[in-house]
Amino acid sequence: MLEIKNLSKRYEGGPLALDDVSFKVPQGEFLAVIGLSGSGKSTLLRCINRLIEPTAGDIIWNNINVTQASDGELRTIRRKIGMVFQHFNLVNRSSVLTNVLSGRLGYVNPAMSFFNKFPQNDIDNAYKEMERVGIAEKAHQRADELSGGQQQRVGIARAMMQKPAIILADEPVASLDPVLAHSIMQHLEKINKEEGVTILCSLHFLDLVHRYADRAIALNDGKLMFDGPPSEIDDDKFREIYGKEAERVG
Amino acid sequence: MNNNKSFKKSLGTGLAIALTLFVFAYAFQVTDVDFGTTRDEVRQTSITRVLRALAHPDIFEYETKELNVEIPFYLPCSESEMTTPDAFPADEPFLKASAYCGEASDAITIEGFNMPTYTTGPVFFITSSGVKKQLDNFQTDADGYFISEIELPNRQPVAEAQAIRATVRTNVGAPKWSDNAIATWDKIIETIFIALLATFIGTLIAIPTSFVAARNLMVENRSPLTSIAFSIIGWIIGVWTGLQAAQRLVALFAPVNENLLLGLGGLILSIGLLYGILRWSMPTEDIEKPSLGIRILSSLGIALFGIATLIFFGASFRTLGATLIEPLGIFGFLGNFIFQIGEIIVMLTPGLIAVVVGAILGNILSKLGQRTSDNMPAGQVRLINIILASLAGAVLFVLLGSVVEWFYQLSNPIKTLYWPAGVGAALGLVLALLSPAKNALPTGMIFYSITRTILNGTRSVEPLVMAIVAVIWVGIGPFAGSLALALHTVAALAKLYSEQVESISAGPIEAVQATGANQLQTIIYAVVPQIIPPYISFTMYRWDINVRMSTIIGFVGGGGIGFLLSQNINLLDYRAASAQMLAIAVVVASMDYISSVIREKYV
Ligand SMILES: Nc1ncnc2c1ncn2[C@@H]1O[C@H](COP(=O)(O)OP(=O)(O)OP(=O)(O)O)[C@@H](O)[C@H]1O
Ligand SMILES: [Mg+2]
Repeated sequence: MLEIKNLSKRYEGGPLALDDVSFKVPQGEFLAVIGLSGSGKSTLLRCINRLIEPTAGDIIWNNINVTQASDGELRTIRRKIGMVFQHFNLVNRSSVLTNVLSGRLGYVNPAMSFFNKFPQNDIDNAYKEMERVGIAEKAHQRADELSGGQQQRVGIARAMMQKPAIILADEPVASLDPVLAHSIMQHLEKINKEEGVTILCSLHFLDLVHRYADRAIALNDGKLMFDGPPSEIDDDKFREIYGKEAERVG
Repeated sequence: MNNNKSFKKSLGTGLAIALTLFVFAYAFQVTDVDFGTTRDEVRQTSITRVLRALAHPDIFEYETKELNVEIPFYLPCSESEMTTPDAFPADEPFLKASAYCGEASDAITIEGFNMPTYTTGPVFFITSSGVKKQLDNFQTDADGYFISEIELPNRQPVAEAQAIRATVRTNVGAPKWSDNAIATWDKIIETIFIALLATFIGTLIAIPTSFVAARNLMVENRSPLTSIAFSIIGWIIGVWTGLQAAQRLVALFAPVNENLLLGLGGLILSIGLLYGILRWSMPTEDIEKPSLGIRILSSLGIALFGIATLIFFGASFRTLGATLIEPLGIFGFLGNFIFQIGEIIVMLTPGLIAVVVGAILGNILSKLGQRTSDNMPAGQVRLINIILASLAGAVLFVLLGSVVEWFYQLSNPIKTLYWPAGVGAALGLVLALLSPAKNALPTGMIFYSITRTILNGTRSVEPLVMAIVAVIWVGIGPFAGSLALALHTVAALAKLYSEQVESISAGPIEAVQATGANQLQTIIYAVVPQIIPPYISFTMYRWDINVRMSTIIGFVGGGGIGFLLSQNINLLDYRAASAQMLAIAVVVASMDYISSVIREKYV
């Protein structure tokens, strides 16, 4: 169970990017986060693993207060939370295998990892994860030699190496074409259904939300505007979330 | 209206031109521009001489053979015993004169036949006692013929025959390297190695420094005042204790210096124990965090055996190297290398021990401070902050005061002890009162600013000036030059590197952090791969600069070819200097080429 309590974030000198947001996510749920550009979706997801320090509020995960954790504790929390990014955030000049293995950095002996040495067990798992998303034969290629869809699969494999309880996916398909988008979303869905990993995924397209999410929350200007099953997003709700002039597409 | 505008415009242009002329006129004045001197005849002949010497670098020399062709000559004419040549050989060199006797200052024509073709040489007058006086220079043509007009010298009249002699020097055999060429070769090798060593050591230090000098890596490091104050106190106590302990330890381990077996045995044993502890305390994957007791025990063990390794390392390498120098013969320099490595370790040992102990104590206390700040109520935290920050501030400023004391020897405790302590305590107090008790202060940015300031300061000192200081410290020679260049390399490269770190993309860093990696892992996995190409490129660029610099660092005694060059210039031996300039040009050009090839390959 992940619980967000009265979370607020104010960037230095800016307005509130998150304004008193509270919600709960039961383990194993597929939660979509929707909202206009600039509404605070990325900020919310990054606050959960404290890539961004929240200004106020608490994040409680399995009775651990993430916001109060010390640096060392935070690292042990982070290693159970995988993250997938819109721009993949792979290390371009490293091999696909190294990128995937870097998902284990929170677990392995730091001294060994300085020399790029990982336990055999991890290497075997890395191949399994790459096979699951269909990029095993690319293991020794440089990450930037892969297409966008392939790179995002590397991103998913990296997150899965963490044996995560939660995956935070920040617009994982926004820079991919619709066909690839579905393939990536299906990988996430599979991970969600088969491994019981909680998924928090921000999305731009409502049809993807309807198709994959168990539940959706919507942000507008940092405020929580909606929390419920995607089917409840009717035209009125839609205007509330996206503004009066917005038109439904797709 | 329009007219007025264009008038103003032309007035402005006119003024600008007048101003420019004025500036240039003044520049001519202050730089002593005087083109009149360039037409001066004396100066023209000397520049011609120098340029010609430069065009004949002293690189090769030949065995020479001297051919002397003589005719007897009487000065003045004596009737009685004059002999004049009557028959001339057909294919041997000989001289013919328009007269074979004469008075002082008479003009005489000398002709040479069958001489070596196209050569030059002097025509001498040889007195009866063998003294030579040069009368002219001749030049032979394709047939080995020359003609020369001479004026007889003004000499004491002598009755016997004297002589007129034409001398030709011819090179025989293959060219050999001249002494100057050999010396140049020695020094140019030295120069290249100065540059190599300075670049290598400079790069080694510049890489970690550049991470501290990169804003994007440091900006997130923050800690609360309690933790900072605790950690400052911990560091200072730790460094002090470390230095004391180091002295005792070095004395305790003194016997190791005498006994090579003891040293090597100790080295192997302590490395083994260190490795064992590392493996034991850090399993390949930690799922559960080890308990506090185990963590303390293992870090103590690591510190202990790390220090032991260091001491054994230094001592045994020194003895090993020293014993190897003799038996290795011409490879004795390998023994010396081992010895010097040992020497470096021995030199660094007390400092390293102090830093290790300081780091451990500073770290533990900083964690304690963090806990205090996290868990205690704000009021108490503030009280602790006030006490600790004043204390830490006082201690820091007393340290600064003792640096001032060392430089200026004021011998006045009021100025270098009490005042700094008071000011430091007051500053700490103000900081503790002003900043909210539990707020995290930007420690990373403080380190960043300090490092940047030091780097900027160091960079603005020319390597030549550094070399002068280094020469005073370690004596004239290539070591001084290497030190100076290495120091400048650190400053210059760390700046360039850190700018590269600041321009890398943040995405991968964020992603690696999100996996739970610590800061060092993040640097190795997300930062390093991104900066390898620019780092290689900048290192090659610096290597280039260092080669150039090392060629002139000898002018101030820093070793390398510059020393030879300046010496030859001072001796007015321009042919020798020319060889050195040529060597410099060749080396710089080839380094230029090599570095561009490497850069192209890896970037
Ligand atoms: N690093 C930052 N510094 C200052 N303000 C920021 C920063 N990052 C985001 N913001 C501001 O916070 C607000 C929320 O941004 P956020 O990136 O969370 O939106 P988003 O919903 O993810 O948008 P998008 O769909 O475009 O990714 C925006 O107004 C943005 O300008
Ligand atoms: Mg976003």
